[in-house]
Amino acid sequence: MIEPLLIDKSKKGRLAYCYPPLDLPRSFDHEFEHLPSHLQREGGARLPEVSELDVVRHFTRLSGMVHGVDNGMYPLGSCTMKYNPKLGEEIAQMAQFTQIHPLQDTSTVQGCLSVMYNLLEDLSSITGMSWGSLQPCAGSHGEYTGLKLIRSYFLKRGDLNRTKVLIPVSAHGTNPASAAVNGFDVVEVASNRKGLVDLDDLKSRLTDEVAALMLTNPNTLGLFEEDILKISEAVHEAGALLYYDGANLNAIMGKARPGDMGFDVLHLNLHKTFSTPHGGGGPGSGPVMVNDLLRPFLPKPDIVLREGGYAFDWDQADSIGKVSMFWGNFLVFLRAYVYILRMGSEGLRAAANHAVLNANYLAKKLKPYYEIPYTGGIMHEFVISVKNYKEQYGVTAEDFAKALIDEGYHPPTVYFPLIVDEALMIEPTESESLENLDAFIDAMIRIAKRAKSDPGSLKKAPISTPVGRLDQVKAVKEARVRY
Amino acid sequence: MIYPYIPHTDEDRAHMLEALGLSSIDQLFEVVGEDLLLEDSVPIAHRRTEDEVQRMIDSIAQRNIRGIPFLGGGCYDHIVPATVKALSSLPSFVTAYTPYQAEMSQGLLQAIFEFQSMICEITSMDIANASLYDGSHAIVEAALLMVNAKRGAKKVLVSETIHPFALKALKTWVLGTEYEIVLVEEKDGITDFSNLAIGDDVGGLIVQSPNRYGFVEDYTGMAELLHERKALFAISSDPLSLAIQKTPGQWGADIAVGDTQSLGLSLAFGGPSCGYMAVKQPLLRRIPGRLVGITADAEGRRGFTLTLQAREQHIKRERATSNICSNQALAALMTTIHLSSLGWNGMVEAARQSYAKAHYLAHHLGQLPGVDVLDAHPFWCEFPIVFHDAKRLRKFLQELRNEGIFAGVRLSALTRKSADELVLLVAVTEKRSREELEMYIAAAQRVMK
Amino acid sequence: MSRILDTLRYSKDHEWVRIEGEKAYVGITDYAQDELGEIVFVELPPIGERYKKDEEISSVESVKAASPIINPIEGVVLEANEDLDGSPELINEDCYANHLYVLGSFSQEDYDSMMDGNEYKTYLASL
Repeated sequence: MIEPLLIDKSKKGRLAYCYPPLDLPRSFDHEFEHLPSHLQREGGARLPEVSELDVVRHFTRLSGMVHGVDNGMYPLGSCTMKYNPKLGEEIAQMAQFTQIHPLQDTSTVQGCLSVMYNLLEDLSSITGMSWGSLQPCAGSHGEYTGLKLIRSYFLKRGDLNRTKVLIPVSAHGTNPASAAVNGFDVVEVASNRKGLVDLDDLKSRLTDEVAALMLTNPNTLGLFEEDILKISEAVHEAGALLYYDGANLNAIMGKARPGDMGFDVLHLNLHKTFSTPHGGGGPGSGPVMVNDLLRPFLPKPDIVLREGGYAFDWDQADSIGKVSMFWGNFLVFLRAYVYILRMGSEGLRAAANHAVLNANYLAKKLKPYYEIPYTGGIMHEFVISVKNYKEQYGVTAEDFAKALIDEGYHPPTVYFPLIVDEALMIEPTESESLENLDAFIDAMIRIAKRAKSDPGSLKKAPISTPVGRLDQVKAVKEARVRY
Repeated sequence: MIYPYIPHTDEDRAHMLEALGLSSIDQLFEVVGEDLLLEDSVPIAHRRTEDEVQRMIDSIAQRNIRGIPFLGGGCYDHIVPATVKALSSLPSFVTAYTPYQAEMSQGLLQAIFEFQSMICEITSMDIANASLYDGSHAIVEAALLMVNAKRGAKKVLVSETIHPFALKALKTWVLGTEYEIVLVEEKDGITDFSNLAIGDDVGGLIVQSPNRYGFVEDYTGMAELLHERKALFAISSDPLSLAIQKTPGQWGADIAVGDTQSLGLSLAFGGPSCGYMAVKQPLLRRIPGRLVGITADAEGRRGFTLTLQAREQHIKRERATSNICSNQALAALMTTIHLSSLGWNGMVEAARQSYAKAHYLAHHLGQLPGVDVLDAHPFWCEFPIVFHDAKRLRKFLQELRNEGIFAGVRLSALTRKSADELVLLVAVTEKRSREELEMYIAAAQRVMK
Repeated sequence: MSRILDTLRYSKDHEWVRIEGEKAYVGITDYAQDELGEIVFVELPPIGERYKKDEEISSVESVKAASPIINPIEGVVLEANEDLDGSPELINEDCYANHLYVLGSFSQEDYDSMMDGNEYKTYLASL
């Protein structure tokens, strides 16, 4: 089923949207021609010329070739694809919010500032941190910001030597990338046999050149770093700071707090833990939260509550400056705030409880069929390895993933973390019911059996989608990225 | 006990715990340790029902005051067809993840491909990515590209006339790095190129048109000058302005960046927005962000897929030159639907009407005492007016506010400099009706007479 | 089993060097091309530039990986193998017959400190 490009449906002269005629004195009809000719655009642009119904059918059909959480289970490890509440969608479309300009006088935007301030308060309570900034637009943007805070902190102290950031080799790619963009050198920290940070290796690398250790907890194997307090102690003793990648907060929300673990700075992913929709890859939001030590460096402006009401405060001498054009992805804050109001303290804790229960249940049921290299203390996600299937039957993690598509599921994350061969990372989230989990287990068992009896059929998957496996080499070599 | 958005019944929990050989969920958290486990939950308010939340939000929303916005400063109130909201709200678009599994995401990938194509067409460039966070991020990524593309590059030349907040973001980026932003000063409201020094360590030049005052700038000869010195040229533009303004590609720029907020996105207190970046062919492997390309499956069927991923953080990790992962996909979709609904003719009409209405207002304000319209340079839909004293400016803003009009953005709100206190940036789009324009003029006449 | 030619010298980053008079040909080893998978793009270094030993000089890309090429000996780039522009997969076909670039005015000392066939074989076994 091929849906043509809209440009290919164009017919000259067709119009979808009609502007009202220019309602000014006739002398202004050709006003635009007064722009000096050497500054004027030459020629036109090839955009679709179609009717409104064409536009509607086109995008409606395209949406039929997309799989969202609303369509089916999405056990993507490290992405926390939980249900996106419709209430959030409705509220995010209220004109009282969408029609507010970012540069209006603060007296006219008290509603928006109230949402942001209260969200920051709640996020501070949830994470055990002192305050934060909502400016970063995504998780890796939050990492970039957090590392910039760390950098500024050391620069202010004249500690120019601290040019290294320690990162576990199991970390998400954005961690080392964010460090590199900030001018840090990345040093890898080893994992021990349990899949956790190797404390001895860590200590051996904690020189006075280290600015920070970046961790996620639970880590990317879904395992809780049992030695976190020891890790925190070692890092701080060495004069370095501890950064928390909040991607996996869903496992411990309402149960434990990164602030209590000794983290100095963290980012959150509102589009993961706090249920704002992924939108096909964005927009998300990656607020950064800090302890008192780093508070003076937060991006500006800050949001404060004074006698007259809420206000922006631009008076922070040590602030690192701005990381977004305006104040961050406001409509995403709104959704996250609505989620927190709905869930409340009990609901957030229940989310973590059930996310962990669901993951453990899946792991238990899949264990007879799939190897789980690291099983000690699984929390909200776990990693299976199909290395043994590859060796015996020649089927890879990719083949398993594609076969799952034919079963109606979005596949788990594949080939991550890097420390597990032929990895599939499964995170069910608390949104999935027992029946959904059992159905998923049945599908995984079917595939495991097919891998043994008919491996070729897995290699042909997916067969139920509009297209089969695509030629990635051709895509790169031809690099056709526009019509 | 049923919690919001969590389907488990007591029976479900019991069944699952039995399968795990456990008696309580708490046992799954023992690994966290007593020192860290919270006894109750985190200290926030208790949960609320949908109705309670809606009432609370309604009351919060009442504290926002809407007005007729003659406000610009990087965010503009344009007409958006109803198709945008309707189609971008389709549930599978909203709740989908990044289309890494291409076969089951063809709809999303195709929409992104169409976005990329349209951005190329509008900017006269060869390759566009699937979006960046916003216009300021796009400018920072352009600078990053410049210093990484040229061996030994440590500096990026930046015009003082770019959006002040984007300039702040650039300064934030260089903090703690080995790079430097060198300001190219403005003179009389436009970039002054007379003292331009393009050394071997300069990666490139970044400018903006229309600039922060709304003025359209002249870049004749710039591209040649920079390319001679092996430096890159980046132009930041409001994409709607490119319907009538010379495009970055036509100026010979290597990189076009900006924000597509003016193409289909609501004001939304400034976010989410949508940054764009488009480059010329030689920079294909240097452009950051996601790229969707065309390919085929084994049966020869046309398909779309994320491609050239070797550029991105998940592959390059510590060797990455950009750390972007999530982008503004759904916002880019809104822009795509918007452009599909407008077509080229619609885009031109919107741009021309904005131009005409802005000049109409400027013409009338120019006749008032106590304020000067700065029109030494051509402008599109935004222009600066300078008051002779602060008191009248305040009175002006208040009087118009009383009529439900937000008269303009104070330049000092962007530059954070008191020297700019008397300058007001007035933006007029095609959405401003004749009635609204006359209201503005009448109120202004009352105050300034 | 990785193919190794005794006539070449090898670096820890899996590059090989072959000297022909005043020219040093540089390429990637069988181990490297195998690890990468099907090569889809080679970024060639600019002619005339001098690169130090251990400086990143080029990169080779497959669908799932991007490998930096670490220059094994100091020298000035005389030629870049333009055949790789249209057919990067030549490296997969025969990585020793298809070099990436050629250096002139190179450092003999750097070359002498590289591993020979046996040493490289031992090194690969340790990985």
